[in-house]
Amino acid sequence: MTTLVAILAEAWSEIRVHKLRVILSLVGVFLAVFGMTSIAAAGDIGRQLVTESSERTGGRAATVSVQAYPLTSSPDNEVISTALRELVERYDIRWSSVVQDQEIIANFPGQSQRVPVRSVDPDYGTMHRLVLQQGRWFTPSDSERYAPALVVSESFLARLGGFDPNDPPTVRLGGASPVTATVIGVMADDDPGLPFAYLLNASATRWLTASNPFGQPPMLEMWVPPDLIDQVSAAVTGDLTVTLPGHVVYAQRLDAGSELATLDLVLRYGVRGVGYFALLLGGVGILNVGLVVVGQRIREIGVRRSFGATSARVFLTILLESVCATAAAGALGIGCAVALVLNLPYDQILSVPIEDLPPFPLQAAVEGFLAATAVGALAGIIPAVVAVRAKVVDAIRY
Amino acid sequence: MTFIRLAGIGRSVRLPDGSRLDILTDIHLEIERGEHIAVVGRSGSGKSTLLNIIGLLDSPTAGTYELDGQPTDGFSARDRARQRGATFGFVFQQFNLLPRRSATENVAAPLLYASGRQVWGRRPAARAMLDRVGLGQRLDYLPERLSGGEQQRVAIARSMVRNPTVLLADEPTGALDVDTGSTVMDMLERVVAQSGTTLVTITHDLSVAARADRQFRLDHGVLSPLTTAELPAVTARRTVA
Repeated sequence: MTTLVAILAEAWSEIRVHKLRVILSLVGVFLAVFGMTSIAAAGDIGRQLVTESSERTGGRAATVSVQAYPLTSSPDNEVISTALRELVERYDIRWSSVVQDQEIIANFPGQSQRVPVRSVDPDYGTMHRLVLQQGRWFTPSDSERYAPALVVSESFLARLGGFDPNDPPTVRLGGASPVTATVIGVMADDDPGLPFAYLLNASATRWLTASNPFGQPPMLEMWVPPDLIDQVSAAVTGDLTVTLPGHVVYAQRLDAGSELATLDLVLRYGVRGVGYFALLLGGVGILNVGLVVVGQRIREIGVRRSFGATSARVFLTILLESVCATAAAGALGIGCAVALVLNLPYDQILSVPIEDLPPFPLQAAVEGFLAATAVGALAGIIPAVVAVRAKVVDAIRY
Repeated sequence: MTFIRLAGIGRSVRLPDGSRLDILTDIHLEIERGEHIAVVGRSGSGKSTLLNIIGLLDSPTAGTYELDGQPTDGFSARDRARQRGATFGFVFQQFNLLPRRSATENVAAPLLYASGRQVWGRRPAARAMLDRVGLGQRLDYLPERLSGGEQQRVAIARSMVRNPTVLLADEPTGALDVDTGSTVMDMLERVVAQSGTTLVTITHDLSVAARADRQFRLDHGVLSPLTTAELPAVTARRTVA
């Protein structure tokens, strides 16, 4: 224990005395670890951003849609919708939503306009990770409301004025038998300038379907475990084919799934590969400086041998100087990366919202630190061997 | 009691042309504990090689060297290093202080190779040792800010901080003027006398050699006793034939 402390004290003393040389030789290591860790963090954020964006469009992994079209007649949306809901109950699907895209007439102040709407179930918001700017998403109790609830886009809201949760704006929907709907939430535009709205299926069935000749057949979205996706798809497709004779039934996966996994691999290992390469270059720099410095310190090493320093002790001291220095540079690089990653104004930098900011990539930080230390050890071995091989008598006279 | 016994010690090196150069030839020398001996000789006579062999920095190519009754030819490199640190202190002509380390750090440096309490208490021990050599006011001075005499005093403090049994001084006054050299030798003798340390001084200066209990001449690798007549009359104290 005492010997180890003495070796560390000696190594640290050398680093302190030669701090300018040490600092200069460690710039490469610092930058490599800083870059590696912060880019890994940026990669995590990028992955999360892509994931969230993908989930908003196609749903979380794994989201499966099931659709049925009649072969010869016009679709009976009510029959299809009922069959889809029976599927959910039969297979006890925990997260699901019947989804139907329609167009309705919205009577905005001063103008009436045909607006695309999507009728969904409350689960849809969670399944698609929808982020609201104001107000809230639907709850099951919203289907009991006398006036249908709406979650609208910014452009939709812009035609109504502002949003006040205590006095929410309303809009009259429909042509022949209009109904007044209440806006309960606002989200960002998917298509800038294009008004869009979500409403609950229960509301759409009650108020809109009968007077809406432009509706698409409903489909069912299910959020299921990724490893069950083939089983679920086969089962519900077969079942629906029996339930809805004369219909074409098919299921497809909506989320990005394997494409995201590929991107994840590229970001994770590509970034690390570049980081390790940079670290290796930093190590070569340390090795060069280490060799030059050992040459300059040969007399000092000889004097230390006269104090009783064994070959092993000289070897370990030179090695630890390198290891301590690169470890310190690595720790500093990680510290700077942490400070940068935790303090970046993501809301201002990113044009799209990020709901779950990923935590600092601890694994990348630990890897960076260990890699820096290992590079220090590798870069220190050759100078340490040179120091040990110097003859004591010659070293003192050097 | 004989602490160092050299019997028939020789040291030779092989030259690039294949011939052999004898640096030391058939050296016989016995040194008692607490004794002060001096070896004089011209440059290239083999003085430093003899000192290096005694201090276990180098190995003889012939003869036997017993340290405190133990033959040193059986020592491993590790044993030699440990014995060197524990038994010997070195004072060099060019001081060989560690650059950019304060006087305290320089004196504390050998204690990093000691064990236990000596390692943990190295700084107080170094300060106390510097105080003994009259440098209590220069504890934090870097070598560059010290005079030659002060640097050699730091080197002496460093060589004594582990309480060695033998102090090996290679031309301790060689880089100093006469007065400063005399002062340094006074101090060196005082310090070793206080701790009963054996002192082996290598010098080309007969007046420095005259301060020792016994004097030897090394000429072309051959060691022989000096006679009183060869020493400066005023400073000569004692010679052993």
